[in-house]
Amino acid sequence: MNNLGTNKYLFSKGIDSYFEGVYNGYQFTLRFFKEAFRSPFHFREIINQCFEIGLKSLSLITLTGFIIGVVFTKQSRPSLESFGAVSWLPSLMGIAIIRALGPLVTSLICAGKVGSSISAELGSMKVTEQIDAMEVSAINPFKYLVVSRVVATSISIPILSFYCSFIGLIGSYYNVSSEEATSLQVFYHNAFSNISFLDIFSSFTKALVYGFTIGIVSSYKGFFATHGTRGVGKATNQAVILSIFLIFLEELIIVQIVNWIRYF
Amino acid sequence: MEKEKIQFANTEDVVIKIEGLYKSFGELEVLKGVDLMLQKGENLAVLGRSGSGKSVLIKILAGLLKPDKGNVTMLGKQLNQLKPKQLDELRLRMGFSFQSSALYDGMSVYDNLSFPLTMNVKHLSKKQVNDAVEEALDAVGLIDKIESDPEELSGGQRKRLGIARTLIMKPEIMLYDEPTAGLDPVTCAEINALIVEVQQQYKTSSIIITHDLTCAKNTCERIAMLIDGAFLKIGTFDEVFATDEEQIKKFFSYNFTL
Ligand SMILES: Nc1ncnc2c1ncn2[C@@H]1O[C@H](COP(=O)(O)OP(=O)(O)OP(=O)(O)O)[C@@H](O)[C@H]1O
Ligand SMILES: [Mg+2]
Repeated sequence: MNNLGTNKYLFSKGIDSYFEGVYNGYQFTLRFFKEAFRSPFHFREIINQCFEIGLKSLSLITLTGFIIGVVFTKQSRPSLESFGAVSWLPSLMGIAIIRALGPLVTSLICAGKVGSSISAELGSMKVTEQIDAMEVSAINPFKYLVVSRVVATSISIPILSFYCSFIGLIGSYYNVSSEEATSLQVFYHNAFSNISFLDIFSSFTKALVYGFTIGIVSSYKGFFATHGTRGVGKATNQAVILSIFLIFLEELIIVQIVNWIRYF
Repeated sequence: MEKEKIQFANTEDVVIKIEGLYKSFGELEVLKGVDLMLQKGENLAVLGRSGSGKSVLIKILAGLLKPDKGNVTMLGKQLNQLKPKQLDELRLRMGFSFQSSALYDGMSVYDNLSFPLTMNVKHLSKKQVNDAVEEALDAVGLIDKIESDPEELSGGQRKRLGIARTLIMKPEIMLYDEPTAGLDPVTCAEINALIVEVQQQYKTSSIIITHDLTCAKNTCERIAMLIDGAFLKIGTFDEVFATDEEQIKKFFSYNFTL
């Protein structure tokens, strides 16, 4: 580092701190995997967190899932009609909702609703020294707070995502049935007719990855919050933005990989 | 309420030994060669101005901050040589009362106390936990608040609860960070009495960080003046008070409330 002369930054303050952030995030994730598989396991806390996440976002996901199902079906109808392919509508909606919309919508909602509350909670615990208090009581705060929350988001967001897809299809059926006489069974049969195991699996993988991302990013931002209550606000804000950004990035990557597998 | 002084004959009864401690944050040098010994059973006050590094010192003792240089030996164990697990074992033998109380605000008063206990001691029956919680709350005079939430407590009660939370683990060493800061004189006197009571009942050795002279005089056998990052003078209250060091005299003259 001697050849840096008087400039104490490698590139500039902004770029340096960006890379520092990436490195610290990587270390944080690594620490998660190290500690997650080592006892003690805080099962009670994990279950509590799962319930909290579920309760927090269930109503919003139900509403949003339903609306998206209705709206997408409504908007796809004219194009399919012009090809005379309206009977493909359920099948198209099945693909759109299960493959893409379910996991994405769920995780975006959870990034806002769950991610912000995790980073706000951990952040305020950090700045009021509650995390230090755990540490001096010989309780590993990383394990108790971070690991349990990340595991909880990784479990509950996939579940919520399937639930969202299910509700989305109901919304879609609502719209279909108002135009044509189709029974729910026939609708679901058609909707799933083009869904392969790979679709279900990739949908699950996406939701798992997004859930993990939301958990890690929000915990990281909260766990290292500084500068009092203002810092907590900042951390919360950054957690939501970064989660959403990473979710879209991961969506892109996963879709590429899945397509590659599909046509392999 | 002058308390009787304990005599220390045996120098082997040292529970905390600090040697040549340095700590800086960036350009800011906070601790510049701190040396100190705490005897078994003794209460020692660390006095110093705001920002002189008292909290930094006590956080180093609890292993929350790492010193840049120097050694801390606590209960015969050198802090920087401990593995995480050993550090945790040591931490169970010491109690830390935070300047901000640092109560878990998502938990009730009861859970604040039972949490460190149940997390550290496996297979306790419900009754054992109840008894321990009640005993600790009783010791700090908060037994009637057992079902409250921390938000419902006053500043003094929060401090007491913070102390009770450490007492539940039956510590050998207590570290108090400004136990009386921001409290009215009557409450201060109550906390002071509590600190002495803890010393006698739980047989603890304590370091009490404060800038409150009344607290130092009434609770401690010795006081240490932290000035410019090092202890300028360590001795009984009267010894330190009688010094002709300019900076200590200045501290005392501003702070005189006895
Ligand atoms: N984590 C940290 N990062 C950077 N600087 C710090 C940190 N902790 C403390 N400091 C600085 O160290 C100095 C000493 O802080 P400390 O909290 O120990 O003071 P104090 O003696 O406890 O004061 P008070 O009586 O107000 O509590 C302060 O100037 C503070 O800004
Ligand atoms: Mg302080």
